[in-house]
Amino acid sequence: MTGPVHVTAEVLATKTLGAYRHLSLVAPGVGERSRPGSFLAVSVDDGHLGRRAFWIHRVAPMGGHRAVVEIVVEERGPGTRALAALPVGARVDVTGPLGRPFALPRDPARCLLVGEGYAAAALTSLAERLRERGCGVRLVLGGTDDAHLLEPLAARRSVGQVEVAAGDVTAAVLRALPEVDVVYVAAPTATLRFVAGAVAGSETSCQVALERPLTCATGLCQGCPVPVLDDAGDPHVVRACVDGPVFRCGLVDWEALG
Amino acid sequence: MSADWPFGNPVLTASGCGGTGRDLAAYGDLSELGGFVTRSVTLQPRPGGAEPRIVESPSGLVNAIGLQNPGVTAFVREELPPLVELGATVVVSIAGHSLGEYAELSRTLGRTDGVAALEVNLSVPDPVGSGLFDAREPFQAASVVGSCRRDLRAGVLLLVKLRSDVVRVVETAKAAVEAGADAVVVGNALPAALPDGRPGGLSGPAIRPQALRCVAEVARALPDTAVIGCGGIMDADDARAHLDAGARAVQVGTALFHDPTSAFRIARELAPEPDPLPGEDDA
Repeated sequence: MTGPVHVTAEVLATKTLGAYRHLSLVAPGVGERSRPGSFLAVSVDDGHLGRRAFWIHRVAPMGGHRAVVEIVVEERGPGTRALAALPVGARVDVTGPLGRPFALPRDPARCLLVGEGYAAAALTSLAERLRERGCGVRLVLGGTDDAHLLEPLAARRSVGQVEVAAGDVTAAVLRALPEVDVVYVAAPTATLRFVAGAVAGSETSCQVALERPLTCATGLCQGCPVPVLDDAGDPHVVRACVDGPVFRCGLVDWEALG
Repeated sequence: MSADWPFGNPVLTASGCGGTGRDLAAYGDLSELGGFVTRSVTLQPRPGGAEPRIVESPSGLVNAIGLQNPGVTAFVREELPPLVELGATVVVSIAGHSLGEYAELSRTLGRTDGVAALEVNLSVPDPVGSGLFDAREPFQAASVVGSCRRDLRAGVLLLVKLRSDVVRVVETAKAAVEAGADAVVVGNALPAALPDGRPGGLSGPAIRPQALRCVAEVARALPDTAVIGCGGIMDADDARAHLDAGARAVQVGTALFHDPTSAFRIARELAPEPDPLPGEDDA
């Protein structure tokens, strides 16, 4: 099974996680196809035509369903507010899994995961997969304040080494970098840019989960341009939603990216 | 008409709303649509505009994509073959900076296998800012159509996409048809502005009633011309309203951003009930 599906999902459970709302969705076909770094898009209503995109936090069996999809919602506007307020049993149209996911190392490697804010949700299943492959995993978990740290206790249970850095992750990242081979970052653009700069010119491979404003989230609208530089250094414009959202950090033209 | 109607059913995608086609094919069989209209292709590649490119508006979207496209050469080499392979009836939307460019685009695309029709995009919300040939006057629209018609291979349908400006749309449609257009597409994103003041185009249900009015007026004024309606069509009822107003087909655009399966579903819902096969009527 490959490729995304567009289905009507049912809200199976909701809870509050610090500043965020956590939704468990029965979305047939979405969870089964999901990989670390995949996301899904939710339709709010006909008055809000753009989709709302969310990282797939976890896929797990629940309530007799094989692959319930969990997402983390941060309220940012009327659309996300409406989704955060959805009760158990509500139905929403979702499309997923979307996007190009994280690439996993061929051989066991020392991995650093940097997750900041609700974007850290993109790293949860990645950490599990890396550990299954025998990789060492350390996590720097950031957020503007304690309420915006995503599940620090759960992270401590599932990841070997966790450094919690509310406010600013840069110092923790710089401390960890010399001891790892591979870096995965899911964070606001400023942090992605910082990590990309910190690994530039080194042997460390780095993938970033880029979060851009999306409209269709499915590659149709050309509303999410990402400037990239190919191997020859020539500029191109690609789409965050289908050509990403995960990019090798050396591919992105960070100067041209708004 | 200089070419047969190539569309097997009345539901087409709208230009710029189906990605390269491969993206949309993840959600349905392109051969089940009447046609797939590409994003507007220009002679030279265009990188597109600055962000934000699309913002929500009540029941609408305002877009300023800036006609991002790889240029006609790369389009023919890279984007057209997969569309043909996917079984799409391909309509290539074209936009030019000059009459000469329109002629060259028509010549090039007209002799390319797999192109069923051209759609001349005369309704870019910001032609001047986009550096395109300004075709806001009917005589200018006619000269673009004439330039395209002259060099277009017979058998390729020539569509012209007009703005749903009720004041001008009928006379522009007449001028385009007199200049050789085979059919008119009525309705594109309407000139609007993004919240930061940059020019953009408003699309979606917000413009639906207005597009419908224009379709009805053009269909009434040009009863012998095929009209394709476009503007805020979200479901089969919206499509039927256009067909009832005199359109021969419709284009589905913004709805695809909200639900990538919408055009396929509308096509299925509009399909006539199949006649029972002989011998099955006693079931």
